[in-house]
Amino acid sequence: MSTIEERTDPIDVAAVKADFPLLAREIKGRPIVYLDSAATSQKPRSVIEAMTGYYETINANVHRGVYEIAEASTNALEDARAATARFIGASSPNEIVFTKNATEGLNLVARSWGGANLRSGDAVLLTQLEHHANIVPWFQIAAEKGVEIRWIPLTADGKLDLTDLDRLLDGVKMVGLSAMSNVTGTLTPVRRITDAAHAAGALVSLDACQFVPHLPTDVAKLGADFASFSGHKMCGPTGIGVLWGREALLDAMPPFLGGGGMILDVSLDGWIPADLPAKFEAGTPPIAEAVGLHAAIDYLSGIGMDAVRRHEVTLTGYALRTLRERFGDQITIHGPSEPAERGGVMSLAMEGIHPHDLAQVLDEHAVCIRPGHHCAKPLMKVLGVGATARASFYVYNDETDVDALAEALDAAAGFFSF
Amino acid sequence: MPGLEDLYREIILDHYRNPRNRGELEAPPATRVEGFNPLCGDEIVVYLDVDDDGTIADIRIGGQGCSISQSSASMMSAAVKGKTVREVQALTRAFKGMMSIHESSLDGEADADSEAAEEAAADEVRLGDLEALRGVVKFPVRIKCATLSWNTLAQGLAEAAEAG
Repeated sequence: MSTIEERTDPIDVAAVKADFPLLAREIKGRPIVYLDSAATSQKPRSVIEAMTGYYETINANVHRGVYEIAEASTNALEDARAATARFIGASSPNEIVFTKNATEGLNLVARSWGGANLRSGDAVLLTQLEHHANIVPWFQIAAEKGVEIRWIPLTADGKLDLTDLDRLLDGVKMVGLSAMSNVTGTLTPVRRITDAAHAAGALVSLDACQFVPHLPTDVAKLGADFASFSGHKMCGPTGIGVLWGREALLDAMPPFLGGGGMILDVSLDGWIPADLPAKFEAGTPPIAEAVGLHAAIDYLSGIGMDAVRRHEVTLTGYALRTLRERFGDQITIHGPSEPAERGGVMSLAMEGIHPHDLAQVLDEHAVCIRPGHHCAKPLMKVLGVGATARASFYVYNDETDVDALAEALDAAAGFFSF
Repeated sequence: MPGLEDLYREIILDHYRNPRNRGELEAPPATRVEGFNPLCGDEIVVYLDVDDDGTIADIRIGGQGCSISQSSASMMSAAVKGKTVREVQALTRAFKGMMSIHESSLDGEADADSEAAEEAAADEVRLGDLEALRGVVKFPVRIKCATLSWNTLAQGLAEAAEAG
C-alpha cells in the first residue's frame, strides 16, 4: 500500500473547506482548526440545505400517508436507504436498518441476535481496542446468559495480536470487532478475522463507525455479518445511524424495539412483526436525518472514497513526520507507525502535560482536539494511560491544519515547561 | 475573555508539580475511596484517617489526572488535614460555592434567601490557597476536574462515619 502515499493528492482541499460553512468561522480571533472529526465531522452546505429543503417542502410522516408530500417523504427515506446500500456494497436496501447511531446498531445485534442465539457456556470474542459501544452491550447480554467474554490482545504498536486467534475462537459464537480504532487509528485485518471466525462457526459484528466515513467500504469484501456506523461522522447529521446485516440473519432475528411501524398485524391476542427493514424501525424514523445522510453520501461519493482515503494517508504521513521531527522524544504517538496501517486518528502524549491541559492550551490557538479516554477505557489501560489527546483528520483538513497543531503543541510545551 | 493565566495560576502549577500528601494509608484502619471523572478518565483515590473525635488526623491522595484535578486534590489535602469533619463540610460548601455549585439549588426551585444565607456563611470560611482555583469557574468544562477530589472526600467522610 506504500504506493498510495506517493501519488499526488487529487483533492482540492481549499475548495472542499469552502463547502463547510462552520470551517469559515473564527475562534478567539483565529481561523478554526478542526481536528476532532473522529468525534463528529463538520457538515457541508449541501447536507444542511438538503435537510432544510426537506422541512420546507416535503415534511410529512412516512408510510401509509396517501397525500402527495407523505409519498414524497416516504420516497426520500427509501431513496436514502438505497443510496446507503449502494455506498457500502450491501446486496439489498432490506439489509439497511436506520438506527439512532452506531451504538444502537451494536446494541441491536447484541440484544436481538445475542438474545436469540447465545446460550450458557458460549463465548463472545472482543478486541482490546473496542469502543465501549462494542463492549458494554456484550457484557449486558453475557451477564444474562452466562456467556464468557474473551479478548484479542494488542501488540506494542497498537495492532491486534492474532497469534492465538484460533485458540481464542474455540467455542466463540460472535466476534465484536472494530474496523478502525477511534483512539489509535489502527486498521484491523477485518477479512482475516472474519474468515477465521466463520471457519470456527462464529459471526462478526463490525464497529465500522470510524471506517465507513474514511475508506471505501464493501461489506461483501470485508466479510462481516453485521456492520454499524453513524451518519454524523461522515458529513451527515446526528440522530441517524446504520446497521447493515446479512438479510438472512436479520430476517431470522427478533425485533429489538416494539411499536408503530414495525408490525404486520396487532390484535388483542398479540402481534406479528413486519418484514425487513421495518421490523427493526419502531416509531417514526429519522426522516430529515436520512435525507441529510443521503446528501452526505452524495457529497463523499462526488469526491470519491478512494480519493478521501489517499488524502488522509498523505496527511497522516505528513503529521507523523512533522510531529516526530519537531518534538522527538517529547511526544508519543500511539498506534501503528505506518500511515497505510492506520486512519487519520492519532492519540498524542506530550511529556509532562496531561491531555486535558494540552487541549486547554490548544483551544487558545483555536485548535480543536479531544482529550479523554474516548470511550475506550480497556484500551487506555493497555496503553498505560488514563487519557490521551486525540487529533483526527478528515477530507477538509490539510497541511496548514497540521502545522497549526504543531505550533499550538509547541506553545503548550512552553507554557508547561517545568 | 478568560485567558490561560486565569486558569493556570502559579500556585496551581506548584501543587501539580509538587503534590502534597501524595501516597497511601493502610486501609483499614484508614478509609479508602475512589472517585472517577467519567468524562475524561481522571481518577482520585483518597485515604482518610478520621479520629474518634471527628478530626481528620491524616489524609493521602493517589490517582492520576490533569493539573486542575491533581492540584485541587493536593490543596484540599493540605486544607483539611487536622480539621474536624464539620469544618471540612463548611469548607466543602464554600469551595463548591466558589465553583458556582449550590447544593440547595439542585433540588429544584432555587431558594434565593437560603442560597444567599449559605453563601454568607460560606464567605466566612477562609479558603486560603484554594482561592487560586477561582478562575476555573470561567472554564465550565474544568469545574468537574476541580471538584472531583472534594466529592470523593465527601464520599469518604460518609463511609468513615458509617464504619465508625
